[in-house]
Amino acid sequence: MTAVSAPAASTAPLIKKDTVIDWLGMAPFIIFSLLFLIIPTLYLVTGAFFTPEGEFTFQNIADLFTPSIMSAYWISIKVSLASSLGGALIGFFLAWAVVLGGLPNWVRSTLLTFSGVASNFAGVPLAFAFLATLGRTGLVTIFLRGWFGFSLYGTGFNLLSFFGLTITYMYFQIPLMVLILTPALDGMKKEWREASEILGATNFQYWTMVAFPILWPSLLGTTLLLFANAFGAIATAYALTGSSLNIVPILLYAQIRGDVLHNPNLGYAIALGMIVITGVSNVLYLMLRMRAERWQK
Amino acid sequence: MKGSRIGAWIAVIVGASYFIIPLLGTLEFSLRMRRGVYSIDAYASVFTDPQFRATFGYSMLMALLTIVFGMLLVVPTAYWVRLRVPRMRPIVEFITLLPLVIPAIVIVFGYLRMYNSSSVLPLTGNAMGTNILLVFSYITLSLPYVYRAVDTAMRAIDVRVLTEAAESLGASWTTIMFKCIFPNVMSGVLSGAFITLAIVMGEFTMAALLNRPAFGPYLQLVGANKAYEPSALAVIAFTITWLSMGLLNLISGARRGAPAR
Repeated sequence: MTAVSAPAASTAPLIKKDTVIDWLGMAPFIIFSLLFLIIPTLYLVTGAFFTPEGEFTFQNIADLFTPSIMSAYWISIKVSLASSLGGALIGFFLAWAVVLGGLPNWVRSTLLTFSGVASNFAGVPLAFAFLATLGRTGLVTIFLRGWFGFSLYGTGFNLLSFFGLTITYMYFQIPLMVLILTPALDGMKKEWREASEILGATNFQYWTMVAFPILWPSLLGTTLLLFANAFGAIATAYALTGSSLNIVPILLYAQIRGDVLHNPNLGYAIALGMIVITGVSNVLYLMLRMRAERWQK
Repeated sequence: MKGSRIGAWIAVIVGASYFIIPLLGTLEFSLRMRRGVYSIDAYASVFTDPQFRATFGYSMLMALLTIVFGMLLVVPTAYWVRLRVPRMRPIVEFITLLPLVIPAIVIVFGYLRMYNSSSVLPLTGNAMGTNILLVFSYITLSLPYVYRAVDTAMRAIDVRVLTEAAESLGASWTTIMFKCIFPNVMSGVLSGAFITLAIVMGEFTMAALLNRPAFGPYLQLVGANKAYEPSALAVIAFTITWLSMGLLNLISGARRGAPAR
């Protein structure tokens, strides 16, 4: 993979071997990422440990554990967890279907192309699409009422709720799972299946004792990635529910807009909490991916 | 074996309905504006709205600037990492992954605190400065995708040999960069450009919190105030995503569509 770059030091230098030039070439990128990515983030992270007057404190972190903020984190975690688990489950079956289901090749390429598009179809328009479909006068709602006499909203269903947000998020979660898991399933060697069949394993035994032990790091890792993906999202939720569903990004949005918590540094602490949660899930994802790649050599 | 094929078809049909029904619902809803008949009134209303044209044009311009300046940042960096400082690769890759880890709303929160009008670099103090900040924020958001696209394209060429050949013919650094490296990684540049376009056109958080008249906040505003126009806008937005991602797939697709073995 890195064959091109590896012997860099041993070949004859192009210009005088000058570390200054090396660093000069990296300077634009380093300065850019420091100014517009790293320092702004560190600013918030350190700000979380200070009072507005500039004194060191853990009070902001402690204040995160007040009921109103905790409930926002809790709803966010629930929505992210539900949409990542749902997305992972359906996405897994779709990836399984196109890789191992013996379907014609056009199904596979169509699904992968479509997944590439749908995983990027998030934000405000996605909320509109679900309102037009499952809202009170949406296509599916009207269809169910008109043809089956079934009142969707009579069952207590509401798109502007935890459940509604979850199924909306799954619209970009499922395709993302398909995109990441398809290569992992491609890596399942035919020989493993043949070997297990020759040894007399049933289909169930093959999946539980061969395939799953190989696949679980990919499955769990991708689910964590989906979790982080949903946790940081705001636009869809904001356009769908306004500020009626109090998830963390929306709370933070309101705090940035108008200091609703009456303590700017508490806002920093909320941001820090978000970074910790998405950071931990991403680190675990990377660790699991490394483990998964052992089998894909 | 037969059973698994039926199961596979069921999975694909269920998945496809999940993808397609909301699109059909949106399309149908967007045509419902005139009572009793289907009409394109909602689209007419959208296209004649001066706000639509203004915000759409603004976001297009931002996307273009993001692509140009993003590429000027990423391509030379990826080139430099491959040619001169391969030991920096893990660090650069880590940094380019960060925008996926740090939520956009946190990044822009940091901007608002660091670059407010009472800071050393008061970018948010005037419209021009805020526009620049917005472009930078979009470059940051698209960094993970753009860097990977460019770096993958660069893997396919031997930057060292290209550079040596160009140098022995007396080419200057700018000639090497713009006449040798850029044309050879065009596939990566284009993939990165299309995904950047898709990201910028739909982006809401950055533009809303920096108070810029972009397409994303406009969509949200229409959604809060109108009935049928949002669906028409969603159809338009989806078409843009579809077009840019479709073109992206056309460029890099043959590889992804086939089994990766």
